[in-house]
Amino acid sequence: MAQLALEINGRQQTVDANPEMPLLWVLRDLLNMTGTKYGCGIGLCGACTVHIDSVATRSCQTPLATAAGKRIVTIEGLGANGLHPVQEAWIAEQVPQCGYCQSGQIMSAAALLAEKPHPSDSDIDEAMAGNLCRCATYFRIRNAIHRAAGKAHS
Amino acid sequence: MNTKLTPVLTKNSGAISRRTFLATSVAAGGALVVGLTFHGRLHHPSDTSQDPFNAWIRIHPDGQTELVLNKSEMGQGVFTALPMILAEEAEIDFSRITVVQADNADGTGGSGSVWGSYQPLRQAGAQVRETMIAAAARRWRVPGAECHARNSQVIHTRSGGVLSYASLVKDARRLPLPDANTVRLKDPKDFTLLGRFIPHLDIPDKVKGAARFGLDVRLPGMVYAVVAQCPYFRGELLRFDAAKAKAVPGVLEVFEIPTDPRSANKNTREVAVIAINTWAAIQGRNALAIEWKPGQYHDESTESLTAQLRAGLDAQEYWNSTNTTLNPDTVPAAKRIESVYEFPFLAHVTMEPMNITIRLEDGRCEIWSPTQAGEGTQETAAKFLGIDKNNVTVHVTFMGGGFGRRFGVPFDHQALQIARRIQRPVQLVWTREDDFTHDRYRPAGMHRLRAGIDREGNLVSWTDRLVNTTIIGQGNPRQAQAFELGGALDQPYPAQHFRISYVPVDSGATRGAWRGVEISFNVFTIESFVDELAHLARQDPYLFRRRLLENAAAHSAALRSNFDGKLADPTRMIDMLDRAAEKAGWGKPMGPNRGRGISCFFSKTTYLAQVAEVTVKGGNLHVDRVVTVVDPGRVINMNGIRAQIEGAVLMGLSAALKERITVKNGMIQQQNFNSYDLLRMPDAPQLETHLVESGRPPGGIGEPPLALIGPSVGNAIFAATGKRLRKLPFQLDEASS
Repeated sequence: MAQLALEINGRQQTVDANPEMPLLWVLRDLLNMTGTKYGCGIGLCGACTVHIDSVATRSCQTPLATAAGKRIVTIEGLGANGLHPVQEAWIAEQVPQCGYCQSGQIMSAAALLAEKPHPSDSDIDEAMAGNLCRCATYFRIRNAIHRAAGKAHS
Repeated sequence: MNTKLTPVLTKNSGAISRRTFLATSVAAGGALVVGLTFHGRLHHPSDTSQDPFNAWIRIHPDGQTELVLNKSEMGQGVFTALPMILAEEAEIDFSRITVVQADNADGTGGSGSVWGSYQPLRQAGAQVRETMIAAAARRWRVPGAECHARNSQVIHTRSGGVLSYASLVKDARRLPLPDANTVRLKDPKDFTLLGRFIPHLDIPDKVKGAARFGLDVRLPGMVYAVVAQCPYFRGELLRFDAAKAKAVPGVLEVFEIPTDPRSANKNTREVAVIAINTWAAIQGRNALAIEWKPGQYHDESTESLTAQLRAGLDAQEYWNSTNTTLNPDTVPAAKRIESVYEFPFLAHVTMEPMNITIRLEDGRCEIWSPTQAGEGTQETAAKFLGIDKNNVTVHVTFMGGGFGRRFGVPFDHQALQIARRIQRPVQLVWTREDDFTHDRYRPAGMHRLRAGIDREGNLVSWTDRLVNTTIIGQGNPRQAQAFELGGALDQPYPAQHFRISYVPVDSGATRGAWRGVEISFNVFTIESFVDELAHLARQDPYLFRRRLLENAAAHSAALRSNFDGKLADPTRMIDMLDRAAEKAGWGKPMGPNRGRGISCFFSKTTYLAQVAEVTVKGGNLHVDRVVTVVDPGRVINMNGIRAQIEGAVLMGLSAALKERITVKNGMIQQQNFNSYDLLRMPDAPQLETHLVESGRPPGGIGEPPLALIGPSVGNAIFAATGKRLRKLPFQLDEASS
């Protein structure tokens, strides 16, 4: 066990935990921030995606020690003032069905748009290929990313 | 409209019964209360021991309306569609309706929610409207016929006088409700809300990460549990090292529990690991050094199963249906063809793994569960704990996908064992590995089809043998028709001599419902084989289907024995085919390596046709475009219905292109997404979805659109390459058989 300092959604926090514990479980079980989801635990479904220093990162593959001292943004903190443009586009396009994977989808999309404000379809394919959706909302996700394009600055 | 989907702790809204109906009406703060009964595919209205009502409308004196639904929302949009029906018929302002999830909600599935609720909701809505009109007419001392209702108000048409529903609640409660079976329903041409594109009101929470799924339940003092489960079908626990697991920091307890008597591994024990967080519990389980003994199915493998299935093609049949006294395989025909189609076990892979949270306190049991069958869980808990059912409350949470997976066995039983033992609130978490290896799989099987055509390409004979591992059970031959053969037994192409038969095959793998379970494999086979017949007859696959359906329209179908279902209306099916062909540009030249495939189908009173376009190049297949035409009867919410169609088409595509569960040494081989991948963004085609509203009552929509994409794509691959793929998932290098 160790005391580690984390910056999550602009707030400094200290957690007392095993430094090897994946950030996913720190968020969900220690900090009760359940917007970040568990889907596979091996970094292949993308449900646990958060931003670490602005990069879309699988929190299930990120030990607490690695995340410490970096800038972490989760779905709960994505829209600092109200909704992020990606979240607005997700509502406008009525993307979610069951909704479970959508936190991760939105975090991946927001990171993509921060880097490429006007992504092509193949940019979207590449950036979103790591996020699974069993309801298969891919068609609306693509439309929502195009809708948000140019409006998202993070 | 608002939705209260997170557990409603203060309301035991599911506990209203007919006996307490009037008392509840008083308790509901002077609201007008109307009870109604949904006839879902999974409800059993004939069971009179059950409460007759499973949904309630409460109109409060402030005009707010609650619709209490005994249904689960798993992304299919019923919590928006059902209140739309109520608002339309009752003339209630849609924005003033709140949906309340009933505790212990039961039986959501089978594409039945809108289908089975439309008429009861309209009748109950009409009862509300007519009672409000009657109350206003009495107040004004005018005939009810001079009044109409709109937007939560009654209007005296001649004078323009207006009374709000809110102001009429008190009077309306004293009036008898009109008979639900004879109350006047609105003329659908006067509908103003149904058919519109209405946003799903659970979506804002879902994009903010605020929607609470089962795994997101957090209770004071709660601990986390995982269970080490036998990887072998019917295997046994040999040994484990509890001390090693307990040495993992955060692990609290390690103990054996007996397996669920209803599960496949019913005669062994498994090991629960309890910890202060999920990760510690998983680490503890990893440290168990657990060993298992293979069971009676230790020899089972995909290869052995395939051999059994193949043997079943010529084995003594278990069940059949026919329209002829002759052997269809030997009647005269100009050309004959035989093909064998093959389909694998599939996993559900809900994005939220299985889980359940239980708190036992003061003789009461409180459960939070993302379930399609809350009442089943309630009964399991009451029986297990030896307490009255009324002391068990199941809060149905949001669920991260259902698809027929969430029916309780065996995780309910595991969590109850654990909760009783540790006497602390506990969340049982299945890891993704648990979910892949202990699913209730979509059955594996084979179809062998034989057909003969005459010189004009008319269908002279049709023989279909289905062999599969069964979906539900093997005890009752009637189940073969009910569960296994939908889409094959009622295929729409008339043959002079028709015979279908069924052979079940045993497997150690547990099977269960899946999204459109039987149509997922039967329609793939039928619509691929009909395509083969079209090419055999040297006719265009669209026009060939069209002509067979025209024959069907001209001559009433010959009776099929053992079949009491409904056959498709061929004229409607032709309409679907024509529209799909037109929208897709059927017959227009395509570039090299490209092809189009067509298919059509009828299920749950919904008619569909589809055209897929593919490119096959350098050993790679890409599905470029999918045009789907659907006649679902009346559209309730244009948003939800399109979402369901888009999702079902792509889930079906995922199965057709990627998914396969295999067995080796009596174990499931796939553990996680590294060995079982799903459709991902780059594989997702352009979708064009066209709805045709025939004005009939709404049909089922969650499942039917899944069935066509396999054959549409397979037929398109044939068009592009001349190669017929008869095995799922598609592999371009599959040897032709």
